[in-house]
Amino acid sequence: MYRYTDFDAAFVAERNAQFRAQVERRIDGSLTEDEFKPLRLMNGLYLQLHAYMLRVAVPYGTLSSAQMRQLAYIAERWDKGYGHFTTRQNIQFNWPTLRDVPDMLDALAEVQMHAIQTSGNTIRNVTADHFAGAAADEIADPRPVAELIRQWSTDHPEFQFLPRKFKIAVTGSPNDRAVTKAHDIGLRMVRNEVGEPGFEVIVGGGLGRTPMIGKVVRDFLPEADLLPYLEAVVSVWNLLGRRDNKYKSRIKITVHEHGIDDIRARVEERFALLRPAFTGVDQQLYAQIKSDFEAPAFADRDTAPFDQAYANDPVFRSWADTNLSAHRAPGHAIAQISLKAHGATPGDATADQMRVMADLAEWFGHDELRVSHEQNIVLPHVHKADLPAVHAALKDAGLATANIGRISDIIACPGMDYCALATARSIPIAQEIATRFDQLKLENEVGDLKIKISGCINACGHHHVGHIGILGLDRAGVENYQITLGGDHTETAAIGQRTGPGFSADEIVPAIERIVDTYLSERDSADEAFIDTFARVGMTPFKTALYGESERKQKAA
Amino acid sequence: MTVLINDTGFLTTDPTRWIDPEARIDLPSDTDPARLRCLLIGKELVRIAFSSFSDGRGFTLARLIRQQGYKGWLRAQGHVIADQYAMARRSGFDDVEIDDDLATRQPEDQWLARANWQAHDYQSRLRGIAA
Ligand code: HEM
Ligand code: SF4
Repeated sequence: MYRYTDFDAAFVAERNAQFRAQVERRIDGSLTEDEFKPLRLMNGLYLQLHAYMLRVAVPYGTLSSAQMRQLAYIAERWDKGYGHFTTRQNIQFNWPTLRDVPDMLDALAEVQMHAIQTSGNTIRNVTADHFAGAAADEIADPRPVAELIRQWSTDHPEFQFLPRKFKIAVTGSPNDRAVTKAHDIGLRMVRNEVGEPGFEVIVGGGLGRTPMIGKVVRDFLPEADLLPYLEAVVSVWNLLGRRDNKYKSRIKITVHEHGIDDIRARVEERFALLRPAFTGVDQQLYAQIKSDFEAPAFADRDTAPFDQAYANDPVFRSWADTNLSAHRAPGHAIAQISLKAHGATPGDATADQMRVMADLAEWFGHDELRVSHEQNIVLPHVHKADLPAVHAALKDAGLATANIGRISDIIACPGMDYCALATARSIPIAQEIATRFDQLKLENEVGDLKIKISGCINACGHHHVGHIGILGLDRAGVENYQITLGGDHTETAAIGQRTGPGFSADEIVPAIERIVDTYLSERDSADEAFIDTFARVGMTPFKTALYGESERKQKAA
Repeated sequence: MTVLINDTGFLTTDPTRWIDPEARIDLPSDTDPARLRCLLIGKELVRIAFSSFSDGRGFTLARLIRQQGYKGWLRAQGHVIADQYAMARRSGFDDVEIDDDLATRQPEDQWLARANWQAHDYQSRLRGIAA
């Protein structure tokens, strides 16, 4: 894992001292509320419906056990004893008071963490594949790249007052687990014909009210050109991006309005101007960063304890079937801890649960944890022989839900329960769907199905790329839920299509049930996943299942 | 009236007062970067306007101007707050010009607090420029 250099530590200490002073200057009137707002945002502090919210960066989703324990401590000391893991691999504390925030930031700095650039119109926390360094299909570890970008983007003097927020994601695997095509910039680590490492650069993806799949702006960017090229993209957009309308300011709109070819030409010209400023020192730092991410020493041990538990314990078996993924080292697995217990708030963990996860990482997982964009926690390196013990400890902590990738593993934004912008509730809908399918005992039968829910058009819950997407709207004071089908968040990214008119809060769970029933009757075998059946049979059978009756009635009328 | 600020604090005289009016230019924040090269010919004082502190285009314009080799005086003028002083200096500005009201609300010490803008700078570190 990355360890702060003296430079990083001094930077964060200085920054925290500055923010402490800014809070005082807001209180004494030197700063207006308008002026204070972007300053608090660039330090992760939001104002929500009921209170301030502090969003803490978990860069590229990686945490040590000591860091996880400190998050537990912060949750208990300054919040209500829990935290919320988000779709951008961050953690949010929902109830801090303004006066306490500087102390919370100092507590984070003790474990080499911060909340810098987790909100505001700046380059946000860089995300990466949550299986990085462990996945069997990986070409290269994206975390050193993400760390290099973190350093470059942190406090970048030109890019603290951009037209809008700017998000970058990196993946080092052909199977894209970082949703790179829905980011302002997505980077895919690739190799050219002669085997040199570099990046495919995707620009202009994004969700929100105008969802767009990113477009390739450079198909091969040599590794050493990364920072000047990123700087060129952001520099072009900083001047060109629209500042007259905040709904049109993201780079996806700039790319859409000017066309990818025009943007590419401008970026290449700017790149030529900026490239000479980088002399290669950045590449030396990159090499040092890489050495921090060397793989742990994986033990060669007998997997018998795993095999026995798998054969004899059906509860363990069903957890192993859903929550484990292939690891590159023999005898090892990637274990996911679901934060989606049926009926609970997706992504929430209590301080006690955080400590259990920290202990397991320390004892069995080379001291590493990851936060996934699907709002679960990952133990990236566990030997299979240790999995029965891991599972037993998770069960005791209420963390052994066996539903990763299943219909109840739902991404839901905070919605009306926390968010000032919400037009509908999203957490309770997620809870009802999860509880309903648990009652029906259909989850394993249905298999891989991703439901994603947003409580308004801003799409924080990624509904556009859910196999089933749910968008909560307000229709004359009544919640109304629109459904989209066929969205895809992977390397074959696609925006879901609307089924038709929305459903009321009472109708939405039965509507989802009808969609699932249709899938079960239409699929050609149990091996055909929902998304593949949808691709084959199209929207019609689902529409009929949803609206059959009323549509015929309307036509008759 | 306006106040000029640099690393030494609030200035009592304008260090650019000798510069010929012909050699001065004021650029708005929406200046087309493609025109910079022509606009800068023969200039010794360039002022870039900040109509609002939340509009960061001026920082990128300053950077582009410096990257094209301009060695003259570069001034950020308008709504720039003390918290942005380090950003302005790091982007290539020599000083900042604000109005009296802002100078009253954000007195000299708040600007001097960021006179250490050369320290803790990731950009110089990544570019190999000693702090
Ligand atoms: C106080 C209100 C808001 C809350 C509670 C909220 C909550 C969230 C959360 C929890 C995430 C994942 C964040 C992360 O870890 O970085 C997120 C991401 C996101 N937010 Fe918000 N958000 C709010 C306001 C907004 C606004 C005003 C917009 C747009 C106008 C917006 C658009 C998005 C989008 C599009 C994403 C993620 C998808 C993407 O990256 O494109 N949110 N938000
Ligand atoms: S999607 Fe809307 S309701 Fe949900 S968190 Fe984002 S802004 Fe709030």
